[in-house]
Amino acid sequence: MCVALPGKVIKTNGNLATVDFNGNIIQAQAGLVEVNEGDFCLVHAGCILQKLNQEEAVDMLELFQELEDLQR
Amino acid sequence: MITLETIKDYLKKYDGEELTFMEVCGTHTAAISQSGITEILSDKIRLVSGPGCPVCVTVASYIDKLVSLSMEENTCVATFGDMLRVRGSEKSLNDAKASGGKVILVYSPMDVIDIAKKNTQLNYVFAAVGFETTTPIYSLMLKQIIEEKIENLKLLTALKTMPKVIDWVCSVDSPINGFIAPGHVSVITGSDYFKELALKWNMPFVVSGFEAIDLLNAIYALINYKDKGEVLNLYPAYVTDKGNKAAQKQVEQYFTSCKSAWRGIGQIEDSGMQLKEEYLKYDAGSQNLIEDSKINEGCCCDKVIIGTINPTQCPLFKKVCSPETPQGACMVSTEGSCYHYYISNRKR
Repeated sequence: MCVALPGKVIKTNGNLATVDFNGNIIQAQAGLVEVNEGDFCLVHAGCILQKLNQEEAVDMLELFQELEDLQR
Repeated sequence: MITLETIKDYLKKYDGEELTFMEVCGTHTAAISQSGITEILSDKIRLVSGPGCPVCVTVASYIDKLVSLSMEENTCVATFGDMLRVRGSEKSLNDAKASGGKVILVYSPMDVIDIAKKNTQLNYVFAAVGFETTTPIYSLMLKQIIEEKIENLKLLTALKTMPKVIDWVCSVDSPINGFIAPGHVSVITGSDYFKELALKWNMPFVVSGFEAIDLLNAIYALINYKDKGEVLNLYPAYVTDKGNKAAQKQVEQYFTSCKSAWRGIGQIEDSGMQLKEEYLKYDAGSQNLIEDSKINEGCCCDKVIIGTINPTQCPLFKKVCSPETPQGACMVSTEGSCYHYYISNRKR
């Protein structure tokens, strides 16, 4: 039930955002996080839970370097 | 740089001590089963599902209450789809609907607000189940109900929180060596939420995404962090250390921690959320819904949800129990272990 899907915000209107999931367009509540047009975000049960943190995603590479070091 | 091929090869050839890891999120259970990743793991690595599917852990008396409300003259129950087919002590909401009960299915709790505003002659009750991921949405819902003075919409809550039930699983002498921590719960709570448990039980908690690659990475990390009381966040695209503070604040505004009843486990202190006293006028009677019962005495859902057995070890599995004729909640829910072992023909 905790399914959440990533989509792209294509329009905002107050606490509502229009989110595109590869062509499926839905209206989502944006009351839990501030989003802007163009943001990627995670939507659960019609509500945006979080927006994508691109910088942190890149840091995954560092994490895997650490894991590799543990193997040695 | 480490590659996916290296990780797959490592997990296939792993020949160290036997290790058991638990995923405590129904969506992870679904992803693991659908991807078939258990087939490429060494026999020495075992994955078990934990009590993270809200439908599977909801006790029968809660369903009975929803059924009873749906049969009241001016009341309509609104719910997510998964809750429709789960039986209480006698009936499911689907059965109630067939007997004339008023039940509607919604995609989002927020949808019920518009429905209630358009149909003021009916009282609506939303079946508010879920974990930390979903509770903030109920807070938004309540905020709007209060601001717009909507009088015909209430919640029946069976809201759960993760830490105390994970603590319970660890305390019953389970053979768990680490946890794949729930990714979307962590989006809200932050990965630090699991630090205390990791330290207490001296085992790793790896926050993971939901793709097969994410899960393979998480298992690889769990092996390498074995016997380390640490939390590792492998879902940093959406999960931070501290989580979504605005969502946490919304939850604190309307809800408070409470003792909660879990199917097959019993009551656990501080393992649930209920409406604060000042908002109880929006509650449809959630207190004291603690009784549980089985449809079929042979059903082992209570053992499956804490990872003591896997679904294939239940005597009813693939015999009288199937998605068409479910004998327990784990076969009903699309996030239940039994359902996924069945439809994915998962063996281990």
